[in-house]
Amino acid sequence: MTAADKKHRAIILLMVLVLIGCILVSFTVGRYPVPLKELLGILASRMGLPIEKFWTAQMEAAAWNVRLPRILLSVLVGACLSSAGAAYQGVFQNPMASPDILGASAGAGFGAALAILIGLSSVYITVFAFAASLLTVALVFTVSRHAKGDRVLGLILAGIMISSLFQSGTSFIKLVADPGNKLPQITYWLMGSLAGASWRDFDIVLLPMLFGIVPLMLLRWKLNVLTMGDDEARALGVNAQRLRVGIVICATLVTASAVSVSGMIGWVGLVIPHMMRRIVGSDYRYLMPASILGGGIFLMVVDNISRNVSSSGIPIGILTAFVGAPFFLWLISGKGDHYEH
Amino acid sequence: MSIEVKNLSFSYGDRPVLHDISFKVEKGEFVSILGPNGVGKSTLFRCMLGLLSGYTGEVLINGQNSRKMTARESARQVAYIPQSSNPSFNYSVSDIVLMGSTASLSRFASPGKKDFERCEWALEKIGISELSERCFHRLSGGERQLVMLARALTQNAPILMLDEPTANLDFGNQLRVLEQMKALSKEGYTIVQTTHHPEQSYMFSDRILAVQDGRILHSGSPKEVLTKKNMQRLYAVDVDVLSLYDDHARICVPANIKNKSGGIS
Repeated sequence: MTAADKKHRAIILLMVLVLIGCILVSFTVGRYPVPLKELLGILASRMGLPIEKFWTAQMEAAAWNVRLPRILLSVLVGACLSSAGAAYQGVFQNPMASPDILGASAGAGFGAALAILIGLSSVYITVFAFAASLLTVALVFTVSRHAKGDRVLGLILAGIMISSLFQSGTSFIKLVADPGNKLPQITYWLMGSLAGASWRDFDIVLLPMLFGIVPLMLLRWKLNVLTMGDDEARALGVNAQRLRVGIVICATLVTASAVSVSGMIGWVGLVIPHMMRRIVGSDYRYLMPASILGGGIFLMVVDNISRNVSSSGIPIGILTAFVGAPFFLWLISGKGDHYEH
Repeated sequence: MSIEVKNLSFSYGDRPVLHDISFKVEKGEFVSILGPNGVGKSTLFRCMLGLLSGYTGEVLINGQNSRKMTARESARQVAYIPQSSNPSFNYSVSDIVLMGSTASLSRFASPGKKDFERCEWALEKIGISELSERCFHRLSGGERQLVMLARALTQNAPILMLDEPTANLDFGNQLRVLEQMKALSKEGYTIVQTTHHPEQSYMFSDRILAVQDGRILHSGSPKEVLTKKNMQRLYAVDVDVLSLYDDHARICVPANIKNKSGGIS
């Protein structure tokens, strides 16, 4: 193990500690602040430790039913978007790839808008968004099989085209939606927000997220090999086509589950993996865990800002764009992708 | 550790590229494949490496049909050194060399201590240990080619296939890379390279295959193949082949140079 490896491991350990610290601090900010001592008491008693209650029932409800699922979801959504972005950048050998490159977000938006239009409850909005997102990417895959020439390029082009098709569908739904109640709801959903996150949302998306993220972690070494190009990867003992399909499926699964609970949250999947490249380099052995942790920390912090900045809460998608767009400019100015030894 | 091509033919659509090619490279042999641009050298290479599968005929690696081998199995036997490698992301030299260990890892594993040691051994063997922490993007073409050789050694495959390994290199680096290849062949590595340098293949290889229009025009020892007649036919230009140092080297010069100089040879 080289000195660089040791340094990168230390950075990842540090990020784990920062993540845990941020989770604890996140409880204490908000309209019903839960002090750290009470919080630890509530958590311990929920885990079955016999502790006499020194907090109010209201405080426990705020911490357990409102704040905890929201915090956990913000971490998970951030981790998912960021790891999917890192994975797509690797399989497409393109530093500008982001989680919605294959239409996952456009599909989810359409599904959610449809569910809101026909008046379904919030659980079904999540389910619809998730299903539509997966369907869109499946459609992109099917279409790209008929594309002539470069398979990867065909996939990306099909993604752009079908995304735009579904975006038009969403626009049409907005056009016919009742401007009194449904249109604002659709618009708000599309802006991306974790307000109203519940344990039910968490239960729906946790499994698909894990089914995606765990293989991405396990395959992260081979992702390095894949970035060398198909021929070299094959000669190094990796079945490039099959691995690419596998990783795209996993990345799509996590993107779809993230978008279905949070709406469209842009930039995280592009910005965080690049920020992490600056810190731990391009080796996916470290880049993947760093992206997962970094995405989680970032979105949780931004969500804390989002729910505290104003009483109604600013949609988190707007805030991530405020951070992401300037970073993107810095990236294209040529300073973003340098990793020197 | 031999690699054999049997009656191999390949077409891109209706356009035939390779016609019924057969040859065998034995363990420890250093074979150079010569031929003009566009005669199917790269296609032949890609078929032998299993990167193209639409061929007829057979590629046998140690007598085993390569079609029936998985990417992993074939990577344990054959290492490929591409003409130039330009990863989309910045990796350190040791990261790149470590990628050679992929075929020996289990499906979901990352390299461990044993693999790091092998990577260090390979860097040392090629004589580029001091590059290990450098960024691959910042290396010169010659250094990159040596890194690719080190990666092939980490791969632990007895057969090395190099696609124009000395293209894009300055003269000194060309010799450095070829000397490394020669040393490896002496150790028992089987080496196949494509090249556009007849003179270098004469000096360094054990056998030369001259390929033209998808067929093997000549196959034999460098002394047999590198002659005026053969080179003129192979490259369709008028060349003289001169012998130097008791025929330890031969050089190809355009025939009209002689007329201009008034005939020195």
